[in-house]
Amino acid sequence: MSTVVLLICTGLGLGALYFLIASGLSLIFGLMDVLNFAHGALLSIGAYATWWAGTEGGLGFWPAVACGTAIGTLAAVLLELVLIRPLYSRPRDQILATVGVGLAVPALLTGVWGADSRPFLQPPELSGTVHVLGAIVPANRFVLMAAAAVLLLVLRLFLGRTRYGLVVRAGVEDRAMVTALGIDVRRAFTLVFAIGGAAAALGGALGGLYFGSVHPGQGTSLLIFAFVVVVMGGMGSVTGAAVASAAVGLVQQFANYYTAAGLGDLSVVVLLAVLLLVRPRGLTGRLA
Amino acid sequence: MPRTGESFTESSTAGHRALRWWPIALVIVLLVAPYSALPVPGLLDGSLGSPGSLQLIALCLVYGALATGYDLLLGRTGLLSFGHALYFATGLYATDLAMLELGFPFLVAALFGVGCSTALALLLGSVSLRVTGIGFSMVTLAFAQAGSILIQRNPGGVTGGEEGRAAPADLLPGSLVGIENTANLYWIALAYLLLTLALVRWTVSSPTGRVWEGIRENERRVEVLGLRPYGFKLVAFVLAGGLAGAGGVVYLLLTGGAAPQAATSDATLALLVMVVLGGSGTRWGPLLGGALYTWAAHRLGDLANSAAIADLPAVLRVPLSQPLFLLGTLFIAVVYVLPGGLAALPARIRAARTGSAAAAHTPEGGSA
Repeated sequence: MSTVVLLICTGLGLGALYFLIASGLSLIFGLMDVLNFAHGALLSIGAYATWWAGTEGGLGFWPAVACGTAIGTLAAVLLELVLIRPLYSRPRDQILATVGVGLAVPALLTGVWGADSRPFLQPPELSGTVHVLGAIVPANRFVLMAAAAVLLLVLRLFLGRTRYGLVVRAGVEDRAMVTALGIDVRRAFTLVFAIGGAAAALGGALGGLYFGSVHPGQGTSLLIFAFVVVVMGGMGSVTGAAVASAAVGLVQQFANYYTAAGLGDLSVVVLLAVLLLVRPRGLTGRLA
Repeated sequence: MPRTGESFTESSTAGHRALRWWPIALVIVLLVAPYSALPVPGLLDGSLGSPGSLQLIALCLVYGALATGYDLLLGRTGLLSFGHALYFATGLYATDLAMLELGFPFLVAALFGVGCSTALALLLGSVSLRVTGIGFSMVTLAFAQAGSILIQRNPGGVTGGEEGRAAPADLLPGSLVGIENTANLYWIALAYLLLTLALVRWTVSSPTGRVWEGIRENERRVEVLGLRPYGFKLVAFVLAGGLAGAGGVVYLLLTGGAAPQAATSDATLALLVMVVLGGSGTRWGPLLGGALYTWAAHRLGDLANSAAIADLPAVLRVPLSQPLFLLGTLFIAVVYVLPGGLAALPARIRAARTGSAAAAHTPEGGSA
């Protein structure tokens, strides 16, 4: 029993991490049709900025996370303004440009800080464990879950209650119509990139907590599972992404524990294949 | 009007007509390369016919061919696959393991490897093509990542995990082992390239190729004409997968083993970069891009480890010691400055020289 509880908590923690990455990815894709390969780079930037602020900058853990998130957000906005915006209406080229960024940034991080993993600072208040129903669960899993829950709530409020959220939702549905109505969607693009970048950078910072270390390739490996989550949840659907990330995290943890290690990653892909055979449009039925 | 995807469509003068023969001239140069002691300072370390140079040129040819095969999907059919490295790695590993584990002789193992990659492409392609557009890209990526993880995890000690597995020298024909036989490997690489070019050219000009072109331009319209794009796309996917598998066999011979780097998502992204760099959907672009990228990656790698770089200030040293950083940056620049890739360059220069308003326009794979 306690093993199951531990696996559920760990799986949800991992799922929360996937959600932090996939939510931005899904929104960016839904609105702009851009498959953002630089999203993993944004995550790595957030992770390294947090690590750097915590070790070299001598900040406490939470200020370091805030700093990392801010730098990641800034990077995302710059990416959108400098690289994505000039290629407006050329989605294929936008994807290619983000691929270039996705290759260049990890290489640059490797060049500056080396290819090896760097131990990530663990604040004392989070290094402990929590007893849940007889299971001993590391506390940082709950931090991730809380962050994902807050993000989901904020995104729901933003999309449902604000004017810009309305523009984003309408843009996901039919961008051409929104433009035809005279609404400038480009500002919404930048905003969505900022939100996505902030979430990814936060994911990077908290991911460092989850894995206990940062390395340049971390973003890329997480990004691929985030892609799986986005496809499963339906493109552009935040709620779908939340459900799918929880499912993927849980399946991965349970399969890794009850079968040979490494099968968890494979079982996620099998899950994706089965889902596509049954429902080619993902969980929420949005057309890719 | 069918577009041939050539950048020499409107050549009128004799000079341009002469330019048409450059592929044949290049093939002749490549054929005599092993017998030449011509030094090529800057481009290559040794003379043209030295084993090191031949090895590098052969790698360039193999990647040129791989990029050409990948462009069947990207530039010809408009399918953006992010999992192409999986089929290359399947050909590589299946051939290697058939020799190591099952004791097959090399030729049988090679056929087995190509068969495996073709079968895998058929299986996974039939699933991934159920989704269209970007969904397809993401699904191919997920499958390839699963394959990459499987190879890394070393199931049952078969794949050798991080280390990979060296090819068994005793099962390979003697003429394909050892540094003195580099020329033979070079011939094989050249033959693979010519085979790929011929096959791509033949299929693209076949009725199926016409349908691929239609799918690239407008899939919905193909459906309205009463054709099912799914089958045609699957044919392209399986053909490209089989070609990639054959490339894996050649690569196994060239590098003497199978390493997990071949299966990573970076390997697929490298193919994508090659195709876009050269010009997707053109006849020679992918070959050009593949060869150039491979050469640049190797030379930059040598440069990164050289002593001259180590003495530079950090601002210059860090980017220069990371070939991927330079290639990624170059790639972004190409996307911006050279839409259509290097293959579009002659037409652009001509357009600039004549000052005509008709800018160079090459087919962009599937940009809707």
